[in-house]
Amino acid sequence: MSPKIKNITNWNNYPIVSANEWSFNYPEEIPSIIGQKSAAFIARGNGRCYGDASLSDNIISTLKYQYILSFDPVNGTIECQAGILFKDLIDFLLPKGWFLPVTPGTKYITLGGAVASDVHGKNHHKEASFSEHIISMEVMTADTRIHIVSKEQNADLFEATTGGMGLSGIILSVKFYLKKIETAYIIQQQIRTKNLEEVIEKFEEYKDYTYTMAWIDCLKIGKNQGRSVMFAGEHAELNELSASRKKDPFKIKPGKSLSVSFNFPSFALTKLSVRAFNQLYYSTHRTKKNMIIDYDSFFYPLDSISNWNRMYGKNGFLQYQFVLPLSDGSKGLKKILNRISEKGRGSFLAVLKMFGKQESLISFPMEGLTLALDFPISTGIFEFLNELDAIVADHGGRIYLSKDARMNKDFYHETYKNAGQFRSIINKYNNDSKFESYLSRRLNIHGK
Amino acid sequence: MKVLILGATSDMARALANLLAEKKYDLILASRNVGRLKAFAGDLAIRHNNKAELVEFEATDYASHQNFYKNLPFRPDWVISFFGYLGDQKLAQKDWTESRKIIDSNYTGMVSVLNIVAEDMETRKHGVIVGVSSVAGERGRQSNYMYGSAKAGLTAYLSGLRNRLHKSRVHVLTVKPGFVATKMTENMDLPKSITANPEQIAKGILKGIKKKKNTIYVLGAWRGIMLIIKSIPESIFKKLKL
Repeated sequence: MSPKIKNITNWNNYPIVSANEWSFNYPEEIPSIIGQKSAAFIARGNGRCYGDASLSDNIISTLKYQYILSFDPVNGTIECQAGILFKDLIDFLLPKGWFLPVTPGTKYITLGGAVASDVHGKNHHKEASFSEHIISMEVMTADTRIHIVSKEQNADLFEATTGGMGLSGIILSVKFYLKKIETAYIIQQQIRTKNLEEVIEKFEEYKDYTYTMAWIDCLKIGKNQGRSVMFAGEHAELNELSASRKKDPFKIKPGKSLSVSFNFPSFALTKLSVRAFNQLYYSTHRTKKNMIIDYDSFFYPLDSISNWNRMYGKNGFLQYQFVLPLSDGSKGLKKILNRISEKGRGSFLAVLKMFGKQESLISFPMEGLTLALDFPISTGIFEFLNELDAIVADHGGRIYLSKDARMNKDFYHETYKNAGQFRSIINKYNNDSKFESYLSRRLNIHGK
Repeated sequence: MKVLILGATSDMARALANLLAEKKYDLILASRNVGRLKAFAGDLAIRHNNKAELVEFEATDYASHQNFYKNLPFRPDWVISFFGYLGDQKLAQKDWTESRKIIDSNYTGMVSVLNIVAEDMETRKHGVIVGVSSVAGERGRQSNYMYGSAKAGLTAYLSGLRNRLHKSRVHVLTVKPGFVATKMTENMDLPKSITANPEQIAKGILKGIKKKKNTIYVLGAWRGIMLIIKSIPESIFKKLKL
């Protein structure tokens, strides 16, 4: 059957590529899709990465492959097909007293995408990234064989699949551990800090909290550089809820949902508007302890504004998320903040997070500080981000492949120390490198 | 409420089964290849705590239909039939086997099984029969008249059935979805504003049953579109590239 040719782009609307899109209901259908061409294929979930990781000449959508295969309510494990959305998982799990072990800031991602990006959440410092909670997976490689992989079985393929950006094969199903919860609520501590030093101290002070992250004002200079609002949270226990909420502890009020129904014009996002927004945000978020808020507002504040990506206009935007090692302290981070404020390239959404220890083949996290910034695509942005890359590399850091649409291959090979080993594993299982993306070509991940 | 879904592997059928499972209906899912429904049935059991029965059903094995219906795990209150085959128009023009397959899957098979269902419901004076036909059946067009003519036959059959069963209080609903984003239409470039998703069709069918509708298009725009298409004089219509 001939596929559908369409223009496809991910969440940041850059790049837009013309591709054949295929889908499947049963794994038996995949061999006839990938077998008929020598061309490159890549699996794609819900398109929430920020770049070209799930874009290729031929795209295999996993969205129809989305059933729950097994659920163990005693031991808290679940096995699902890779196309299921985190939202659907939560809708199913939450009323039964279970939650995802790790979640990023949107629930509109697929399980397969979560594994391919090895996503992290606000609990990375305590509970690591998603791959840490996987029991086993099924992965189809280019020869159309289905491999069962885990930390014990076919461990090399497991490692090259978690964080492997879909280059090791098609993730079919994933079995993983869940987190037991008593309520749908989070007890949140909101702490306003004057500058970068103080927020780093606060991360240290609140490190026993399961969830921590901070919004940071990246335009402020001088003694208030890096002023922040840090959030720390714990799942609320039943006895911590008010009497009325106790009756139905897993039910939350549907929040207000907003929608951005058109692309904003480019003048909407300027240094001035970002500065004004930052001032407003900072002044309205004073230190406030023991607030009880629902999980949706805590984990997914942006999901309540559908199509918020349109705020960045039709040209799209770039997200820049890097991590710098703990040993670097705040040195590299300060240099980057200086560069941003010098150039006046502010970001509405600047999110700072402390990562815990993680040893992995190709996943993004390492122990240290990570900052995520959004920049509209405008004149000079690519050159500017190259300058930031140089600082990140100098200080021993790297950037997140799922958020990348523009870094160059030398920077990738320099900062991902296991790039060579990753390449040899994906090539071992996929002789003719059937699975390629615009990202993998741009970064020469296959080493051709 | 007990429901039999024929052709249950289709995207629309699954969307409806999912909706009904959530509402705690008892389901029989019938399909040529029940192996392909196992993961789906497992999902319904886990997600909605609803154990659907799976039964083999071959639409074009007419001789098997009596026994198929007689041996069902329970008598259905509703029978909802989705099966059909779009086929390849160009191939069918030259190849009788393809033409025959299109006619049999969309029309003959439907008549064979619904005859049996109708007899049973007429005796019981109770039931709902839903047949999924198509707007393609409203006027023959060169691009898909094999499929369209079989669906036209089905639409006329369902209308006759409705007329016959009215006095027995059996409700017959004809569904004429326009474009639906499904497996069958995956390689077509369909205009978004008039393309329904399977979930919309499922909700539309349920609403059509509850409101005792005779014919539904689900997306209202299609009623207007088809009105226009039907009102073009044949002398002009025959010259169009449709």
